[in-house]
Amino acid sequence: MMHNLILKVISKFLIPLIMLFALYVQFHGDFGPGGGFQAGVIFSAAFILYTIVFGLDAAKKIIPPGVLKVLASLGVLIYAGTGIAGLILGGNYLEYGVLASNQIAGQHIGILVIELGVGITVASVMMIIFFAFAERGRS
Amino acid sequence: MIDSIIDITLMTFLVITALAIIRLHSLLAVVMLFGIFSLLSAGVFVVLDAVDVAFTEAAVGAGISTVLMLTTLALTYKHKEEKTEKTPIHAGLLPLIVVLITGSLLIYGTSDIPAFGDPKAPSQTHVGPYYLEKSMPETGVPNVVTAVLASYRGFDTLGEVTVIFTAGVAVMLLIGRRRKTKPENSESGDDNHDA
Repeated sequence: MMHNLILKVISKFLIPLIMLFALYVQFHGDFGPGGGFQAGVIFSAAFILYTIVFGLDAAKKIIPPGVLKVLASLGVLIYAGTGIAGLILGGNYLEYGVLASNQIAGQHIGILVIELGVGITVASVMMIIFFAFAERGRS
Repeated sequence: MIDSIIDITLMTFLVITALAIIRLHSLLAVVMLFGIFSLLSAGVFVVLDAVDVAFTEAAVGAGISTVLMLTTLALTYKHKEEKTEKTPIHAGLLPLIVVLITGSLLIYGTSDIPAFGDPKAPSQTHVGPYYLEKSMPETGVPNVVTAVLASYRGFDTLGEVTVIFTAGVAVMLLIGRRRKTKPENSESGDDNHDA
């Protein structure tokens, strides 16, 4: 796979598009189909394509496994933290209405933030799992 | 008219793919067919207007799980390259009887299921109408699926994220570590390594 010029050029062209599409799915999930789960999977697919074409070492230079572990926990923390923020601001756990001045704006902020948490966790866990398999396959 | 043609085509391809998966012995080809099966199911979900589910099925079922199964094959295949698959010792009659009984029970069960899209079906009369009527004024989110997942059922989704996180932790614990044992011990030492 190391000398495959066509694959390298095509994937370099495709990877930014895949990532852009993932971000679109992530932040447009309120209005169209999609959301954090799908966006996270699509985003990790871009990295998996990169890993398959350019090798595991090159991918680990871009996202070190340590960073992935932190990101995976960070996503869950963002989600759970949104719930705590609702508690502190005087609502129930995961009640988004209190996050902003009115109910609708609060719901928008809450849904956007928790979807972001979902996306970060799903993307990094998918990459963690793929890296673990690829690493074990190499040894 | 055009809907039923698409339905029949998709279902026929689904059945053909399933039969091919059963008949094939090459695991690589079976994994590829699983991906095709997921993509066809995603098409069925689109026809049923469940675009969010179709999206997930296409991304997770046809994309990620195919890649993961391929990497698993790459990990395990080299040890079994030489062996050909043995023919099973049991006869095909018993599985056939089990499948026939289960299948006829399932078909018998469908006689109680309400008609497709029936507005009086129990699943349509519980919380569904509430979400459809109130989700826009209460959350301001046009996609009802997102409103239900993220807002009304936010606690469930938190659980799902935790499940995914746990899966990642479990994979890291099981195969994420570098092998520190000597190469000659790694075959036998791998299992008691964790004890």
